[in-house]
Amino acid sequence: MSDVLLENVSMSYGSTLAVDNLTMTVSDGAFVVLLGPTGAGKTTTLRLISGLERPDSGDIRIDGRSVVNETPAQRDVAMVFQQYSLYPHMTVRENLAFPLRSPILKTPEDEIERKIREVAEVLSIPHKLDNKATELSGGEMQRVSIGRALVRDPSIYLMDEPLSSLDAKLRADLRVELKRIQASLGATMLYVTHDQIEAMTMATHVGVLDEGRLVQFGSPREIYEDPVSLYVAGRLGLPRINALPAGIFGGAPSEAKTIGLRPEHIAHGDGKPSTVSRVERLGDQTRLHLQLDGHDIVTLTDPHTDLEAGDTVAIQPRNALYFDASGARIA
Amino acid sequence: MSSYSITEATGRQKWVAGVLVIGYALITLMPLLWILATGFKSSPDSIAYPPKVVFEPSLEGYVNLFTTQTRQSAEYLEANPPETWYEEIVHDKGMVIAGPSRFGERFMNSVIIGFGSTFLSVFLGTLAAYAFSRYRIPLKDDLLFFILSTRMMPPIAIAIPIFLMFRTLGLSDTHAGMILLYTAVNLSLSVWLLKGFIDEIPREYEEAALIDGYTRFQAFYKVVLPQAATGIASTAIFCLIFSWNEYAFAVLLTSGTAQTSPPFIPTIIGVGGQDWPAVAAGATIFLVPVMVFTILLRKHLLRGITFGAVRK
Repeated sequence: MSDVLLENVSMSYGSTLAVDNLTMTVSDGAFVVLLGPTGAGKTTTLRLISGLERPDSGDIRIDGRSVVNETPAQRDVAMVFQQYSLYPHMTVRENLAFPLRSPILKTPEDEIERKIREVAEVLSIPHKLDNKATELSGGEMQRVSIGRALVRDPSIYLMDEPLSSLDAKLRADLRVELKRIQASLGATMLYVTHDQIEAMTMATHVGVLDEGRLVQFGSPREIYEDPVSLYVAGRLGLPRINALPAGIFGGAPSEAKTIGLRPEHIAHGDGKPSTVSRVERLGDQTRLHLQLDGHDIVTLTDPHTDLEAGDTVAIQPRNALYFDASGARIA
Repeated sequence: MSSYSITEATGRQKWVAGVLVIGYALITLMPLLWILATGFKSSPDSIAYPPKVVFEPSLEGYVNLFTTQTRQSAEYLEANPPETWYEEIVHDKGMVIAGPSRFGERFMNSVIIGFGSTFLSVFLGTLAAYAFSRYRIPLKDDLLFFILSTRMMPPIAIAIPIFLMFRTLGLSDTHAGMILLYTAVNLSLSVWLLKGFIDEIPREYEEAALIDGYTRFQAFYKVVLPQAATGIASTAIFCLIFSWNEYAFAVLLTSGTAQTSPPFIPTIIGVGGQDWPAVAAGATIFLVPVMVFTILLRKHLLRGITFGAVRK
């Protein structure tokens, strides 16, 4: 395991700038999650590190050595793709053995067998080892493809939304399992996801990308509680942060254009009256859809609330976030 | 279970479908069966009218096909009784075997040229198709169109220039010349067909292999090639059928050492007119390799023909 460093890396596909002057360090043993909407450059960043793409400019260093001129094989990285990840003409066992049998690793067969059994155990697929890859369910396929990365001991694991195609329970189990494996191996990991829970629970650091630029990099708490912009604030939080005109409650800083209210920033009982438009009972929580001066607000309330559509609730902000006209945070 | 299902055919539907399929099979198989039967008829039976459906089988056609014979006097035949079953067949007609015919050689020429050009077309076609499918190539679309355009006129339209070119280069009546020619004709089909198949194989597989520690060539060999097997097999069948059956160029460019079976079979003439059983025997044997090859690869061929229409 080793530090991975991107220095002023830029890369474009034709006229589209996919990664724009990106500088980022994934330090040894860190679990870095990349957040951003589709097209923000997350996958391209992984492909640049793995060597599937060459940067137009900038440098990529793994363990201090510049790798931009190395092939993917020479870089010693493992990557889990979002889809199409298993070799369909091979069995599960052959898939898992494939990286170990590569000319770079040339692992002895007994060692291969041991590692395969170990990884299959962790991913609960030992009974599927002799199945054809195409005979697996989607979840099993994805587990095998994670397994194909885990049998190795690379400089860095790159994972591109590895859990997104799994059902909720499996996703939760594997999330915990992946984090446990990462922590126990001290593995360095760069992980792309859209899932807030994955980002918050697994990451040691979160990087937020916007149109190829890294707009904020910090601990998950920092990103959630202290976002530098409305854009970053919108990446985490469920229900999403409510963005309203700054003056709606009064008392906003003079240059503020927008007030950002996460559900926990909305105190009920005092303040401006709003109308309940919908109550969503999710079991462990209840979402309240409110109307305030023609603006929609989504917040959380007591799971056993008696409120119904049409009721009036008084609300006021508490520790709200303020943003200027460009979306930058000012308070 | 309900008595009516929209997916399961009823017994009556199956019966009608069966009759239709059998009827169609009979119609298409009739010429083949005719050839097969004629090969085992005696010469008079083969031209009997009305045709004989029931006849006494004879291997005369096959013996005639593989041997050359001369007529001998009755004394000579008396003095030299036949030693083997095939000598006996010839003996009964008042002839003796003078030696093997050229059919064996011609058949081998067909095998060498047919399979040689098929291998070369598929080998080069796979590499070219892979490159067209995966790499950024300048003028890619124009190059692909150019390759396709070589198929736009019947190859025989350029027979004269090819004939002159072959004569100048000393390729006339050589195996190498015919293999090159058939490869050139087949290559456009092979590149286009295989490009379609390789395009369908997601790049992620190769990318995964690259990251798993393999070179691009190893990734191609270990990951792309096995998945392209279906495409390669069906392309090979199409190429083989073309070069195996090709007649016009074979007539024009070969006469001896490299002559293939198609121009040779019609030249089989027995004493006193066309020897139909021998011609039919030649045609029957000629059919065997393509048939065996197609049956061996038929699983792939079916998927190849329905490719694109049916997801695996």
